[in-house]
Amino acid sequence: MPKYMLIWRTIDEDKQNAAMAEIPFEEMLEKMGRLNDELIKSGVLLAMEGLDPEEHTVVTYAEAEEAPVVTDGPYGETKELFGGFYLISVASKEEAVEWAKRLSYFPGAAVEIRRVPTIDEFPQDNPWIQKELDWRTKTGQL
Amino acid sequence: MSDATRAVEAIWRIESARIVGALARYTGDFGLAEDAAQEALAEALVSWPRDGQPANPVGWLMTTAKRRAIDTIRRAGVQREKYEAIAHDQDEAYADDLDIERIDDDVLALMFISCHPVLSKEARVALTLRVVGGLSSEEIARAFLVPVPTIQARITRAKKTIAAAKVPFEAPSPEERRQRLPGVLNVLYLIFTEGSTATSGEDLIRTDLAREARRLTRVLIGALPDEPEAYGLLALMELTASRFPARTDRNGDAILLENQDRTRWDRGAIRRGLAALEQATPRGLGPYGLQAAIAGTHAVAESVATTDWERIIVLYEALGRIAPNPIVDLNRAVAVAMAHGPMPALELVDRIADPITGAGRLDHTHLLPTVRGELLRRLGRTVEAREELERAAEMCTNERERAVLQQKVADLP
Repeated sequence: MPKYMLIWRTIDEDKQNAAMAEIPFEEMLEKMGRLNDELIKSGVLLAMEGLDPEEHTVVTYAEAEEAPVVTDGPYGETKELFGGFYLISVASKEEAVEWAKRLSYFPGAAVEIRRVPTIDEFPQDNPWIQKELDWRTKTGQL
Repeated sequence: MSDATRAVEAIWRIESARIVGALARYTGDFGLAEDAAQEALAEALVSWPRDGQPANPVGWLMTTAKRRAIDTIRRAGVQREKYEAIAHDQDEAYADDLDIERIDDDVLALMFISCHPVLSKEARVALTLRVVGGLSSEEIARAFLVPVPTIQARITRAKKTIAAAKVPFEAPSPEERRQRLPGVLNVLYLIFTEGSTATSGEDLIRTDLAREARRLTRVLIGALPDEPEAYGLLALMELTASRFPARTDRNGDAILLENQDRTRWDRGAIRRGLAALEQATPRGLGPYGLQAAIAGTHAVAESVATTDWERIIVLYEALGRIAPNPIVDLNRAVAVAMAHGPMPALELVDRIADPITGAGRLDHTHLLPTVRGELLRRLGRTVEAREELERAAEMCTNERERAVLQQKVADLP
């Protein structure tokens, strides 16, 4: 039962901001809301979250021997801003791609499509995997 | 299959219900709409891989299907006003065809017509998967392990039956909804059970079909958000599917509930199932809701020993009253065995097996000898147990399950 994560990214900040500045906030909410509604009513949506663009800190690991560098955002060193995700259950990768096409409605945005492996795909006898299984059992998992 | 072809099919899965629904509303003719939509899909499968995908693929499909519908109407020389009704907004933007309120009604009308009581059960299942789920005849045939022409014939005959019975294409009235919703839920449940316990063939679980059944149930809930039993059905499906990862071993052999590694249960599905169950309870649970409550009782138990078997017995009793069914009685007997031991359970099973009290209603399945054999084994009545389990293995049509039963026979002292 393939699950895919659709990851929302900004690859051209200025372009996306310009496009977003052109439409009223209410209208943007409606645009997003309609799409979310479509995902819900198609029966494929399992989870979704968006991220606050303002609060944004980046920890960068540049060299093996050096301490990681903390940069305050919002835009820091990141070339591709991660803005949120949808988790969907679909029949095929192509279906995930088709939904992704409907998400990126601002120029300067990109949607990355990644398959979510199931825990079964990891060695079941590994103690760390067993710990994770235990945690998933007790807390519920996506 | 090429990537381009798969892309067309993906779009079709997402959009077919809306396209066929809107077309059926325009033309008032479900069969014609389905034919026209299929023609549009066939054209897309040829031209998109060759010429590239159009900028607005959904609009392209809608417009093409509309044109095919108009061609057909013209050829048939149907009265003018009908044709004009479709033609007047021939090139309207796609968005106008698909405003949200209308979509819900269209999808609902589509589901209710696909599950119409004038159709045979097999036809309802095939038609629902095809028009609401957007599966091809090939995919449906593969899922049910029958030849493609069989599925095609079922769908063709179903459309003719609907036309002959003059079933109108419209969202059902509240009264009609109450009457016919159980029939719709039953079709979705049949699709799910075929996916969760494949009746024939080598694989025990066909997750693709079970997944599609859950999706279609969510689609129904999306269009009909206030029906508790629809949530009950979704809860039952989610909670049943949560056990899939633990139900088979590496060789694909069945693992019984008592031996399943519960850490492998899909907790996300359990959470979704329990949430749906909450929505199913405003007026007391119906048959699906009760089965979901039973599945939920297993889902929250840490082990077989700590399962609330008393609650399960009560739920089975309630289920037996509102939906009398020998399988339910048999399951109640299993719960009794867990709570009070094999002896009182065997008494219940013997009553089901008795030609008079049980009316022979389980004579055709392997389930009765399976349970009876297991109870006899626990009581140490090995000779009788062997006889029952051998009979069960003989009657079982699923190869994986049969292997488990044969192993049980081999393990007898």
